[in-house]
Amino acid sequence: MSLTEKDKTAVKTLWGKISKSADAIGADALGRMLSVYPQTKTYFSHWSDLSYGSGPVKAHGKKVMSGVALAVSKIDDLTAGLQDLSELHAFQHVSNFHRNKILSHCIMVVIATLFPKDFTPEAHVATDKFLSCLALALSEKYR
Amino acid sequence: MVEWTEQERSIINGIFANLDYDDVGAKALCRCLIVYPWTQRYFGAFGNLYNAEAIKTNPNIAAHGVKILHGLDRAVKNMDNIKATYAELSVLHSEKLHVDPDNFKLLSDCLTIVIAARLGSSFTPETQAAWQKFLAVVVSALGRQYH
Repeated sequence: MSLTEKDKTAVKTLWGKISKSADAIGADALGRMLSVYPQTKTYFSHWSDLSYGSGPVKAHGKKVMSGVALAVSKIDDLTAGLQDLSELHAFQHVSNFHRNKILSHCIMVVIATLFPKDFTPEAHVATDKFLSCLALALSEKYR
Repeated sequence: MVEWTEQERSIINGIFANLDYDDVGAKALCRCLIVYPWTQRYFGAFGNLYNAEAIKTNPNIAAHGVKILHGLDRAVKNMDNIKATYAELSVLHSEKLHVDPDNFKLLSDCLTIVIAARLGSSFTPETQAAWQKFLAVVVSALGRQYH
């Protein structure tokens, strides 16, 4: 399911509204993921503190969202645009492709709580597709 | 049997006690049909589903969304035996409605997003965990009688 021009416009429009809160969204989404889906903690066993709101969680949440920002800017060619990040995640065996859906879901839950009026069904479908394509591009180098 | 903590029971009961069924039910089903358009296949007799606007203003869809949400009341009242509570509904969805049980999860995700939008910051990680655990049990029970 590739992104149509309408999807790309919807994603960019939503991003325009939420990007100022990107750090907070990232911290909240990642924190939620670790507490709602404890199986995901297995990928962060090297952190000192996996609790919601901890230093490592906030810092990494910020990094995750700058990855999303990059993806928005490279929305016309996500595979090429995210190549470096894909290699990073793959060679460090950082993640399992199937877990990406969990983080995508948490990101969308957070956006819904913070921007209920903007996260319309139309924005939701475009974002869901975008995050799926992002996850696919990110996993390009996994095997 | 599923184990529920007192906190989880309280969270689930709290959400349903303050729920605007007409609004949330309608919104959740509409969202599911828009975000996952292949689910529209089960609603051929419901009228115009041609685009998002049509779906959002379709009174049959709204009414059915409310019906589905009230269907969850049974699970809330019987949290210690959701599997048995939904045995008949599971058979209905399998034998009569022919719904692919994968779609139950899609609707439950849309319901989660609608609830999150309504509750805002009070949809804490603990609330989300309890809510999603509840829906996962419901989804599992609904898929149980398929063969």
